[in-house]
Amino acid sequence: MIIIGELINGMYKDVSKAISNREADVIQHLAEEQVKAGANILDVNIGPYSNNVNDDMKWLVETIQKVVMVPLSLDSTRLDVIEESMKLATNRVVINSTSADEDKMSMVFELAKKYNAQVIGIALDSSGVPLSRDKRLELAVKIVAKAAGYGISADDLYLDPIAMPINVAQAQAREVMESIREFRMLCNPSPNTVIGLSNVSQGTKGHRSLLDRTFLVMAMASGLTAVILDPLDKELMDAMITAELILNKNIYCDSFLEAYRKK
Amino acid sequence: MPIELIREKYAGAINTVEIGKSSSPNALKIGGQTGLPFLFDEGKMPNAPIIAYEILDCPPDDWPENLKESYGRVVKNPAKWAKACVDNFGAQLLCVRLESMHPDKGRRNVEASIATLKAILSLSAVPMIVLGTGDDERDNEIMPRVSQALKGENCLLGVATQNNYKTLAATCLADGHSIIADSPIDINIAKQVNILISDMGYDAKRIVMHPTTTSLGYGMEYVYSIMERGRLAAFIGDRMLAMPFIVFVGDEAWKTKEAKEFGKVQGINWEITTAVSLIQAGADIIVMRHPDAAKSVKRYIDWMMGKQ
Repeated sequence: MIIIGELINGMYKDVSKAISNREADVIQHLAEEQVKAGANILDVNIGPYSNNVNDDMKWLVETIQKVVMVPLSLDSTRLDVIEESMKLATNRVVINSTSADEDKMSMVFELAKKYNAQVIGIALDSSGVPLSRDKRLELAVKIVAKAAGYGISADDLYLDPIAMPINVAQAQAREVMESIREFRMLCNPSPNTVIGLSNVSQGTKGHRSLLDRTFLVMAMASGLTAVILDPLDKELMDAMITAELILNKNIYCDSFLEAYRKK
Repeated sequence: MPIELIREKYAGAINTVEIGKSSSPNALKIGGQTGLPFLFDEGKMPNAPIIAYEILDCPPDDWPENLKESYGRVVKNPAKWAKACVDNFGAQLLCVRLESMHPDKGRRNVEASIATLKAILSLSAVPMIVLGTGDDERDNEIMPRVSQALKGENCLLGVATQNNYKTLAATCLADGHSIIADSPIDINIAKQVNILISDMGYDAKRIVMHPTTTSLGYGMEYVYSIMERGRLAAFIGDRMLAMPFIVFVGDEAWKTKEAKEFGKVQGINWEITTAVSLIQAGADIIVMRHPDAAKSVKRYIDWMMGKQ
């Protein structure tokens, strides 16, 4: 499972404050802790409060790269901001993200081709969030086909069927699971599938971690290959490790949690 | 239509373990592969599998005659026996089994065995594997003393098991030896023993795994599949299975009636075929007994490595 750590996001007050005050140690600590807990990629999002998006994003990328070696997922609606930061990236980056809208895809895949980046493609378009697996599949096909036109291999795509809050759209969870299964069968090599896990429990109270980890395990059983989550949630990571074991991705031993963390 | 072969490429590698004083020209490296044995189009095999000649710290009274006679009179003196392996048969590595200290085999005192080991070292300059008696209680008494006496030699000491690893791991850590982690043809336990040993602060990159094997004719397919499964897991990144393998071919082969009771040639062939099968399964150190079998297997390894 590819773990994309979500904690460097200006939506969080401490991160937002650290960005505006240029508190490198706060950001670097978050980067190191997430990687130590098992993140393979770190999502970088300056959040809604930035007054100087370009400089803030570039500062984040440089600050993070001073302490960890993992690839970054550059998370912004502004492609110019992503491109400026890509120039500073020492590893291959993930562009987070494109929708299935033609204009957006053209721009994102052009950029991805130019910088050899991976792309998160969200199964959604200007008509809104799809509410059926068929609509999701239709949008996913559009993304894969468009990417292929730019010479981007399906395994460099992360298709996101959009996990929705369980207290808002309960019936969508099963649709998402089925979509994950269908996305994986779209082509060979299979595209990666990804979800933003914390969406699932957004707005719920009392059992957020339990909701997230149960959803994750079910999504993994449906073929999920990547996930955006809080890697510092140890119970969540334990559930992920156990699910990988049960899916026969790793060889069992009595200390399997520890074995995974020594990988 | 031409047939296109499918080539696997892996990201992981087997650990490289050094045995013997690093200052010595005879020090050996094992492991380091990035692919299955001899598939040179798929991965590298920087170190050839190594044969270790097995000797005892006492005369091998229990060995079958057709095996014992291959060494002649020197088997009565372990140091001379070791020297003969090196001088006459080109042994690059010795494996000394401390059988004489076993409670059922005379329980010789540890000083006498250490003196034997020192005598072997003084006559033969090749690296050494040292195995305890196989009796947990006795091994926990003797191995710390043996380990200390060999401090600085960078030996490979064995064996640590799931239920008895602490003493040996601590002593190998203190005296700078590599360690053999033993498991009963069970990949899950193999991984667990590696974790238990590394939890003691012992460097996992110095562990060599003994997966427990068998002889030709006694379930080789199962052993092969266990070793292959461990290897494939290591190649896709499981560091707790990325250890080189040691296999005790001589011990396994010469236990069988097929090797003991059907004349000298069949015994030798039994040991050769068992060794070759386990090398194909990924064995890095092959501990052998009959010098003719060992020589044949060495030729086989050289021939296979020559294709690289």
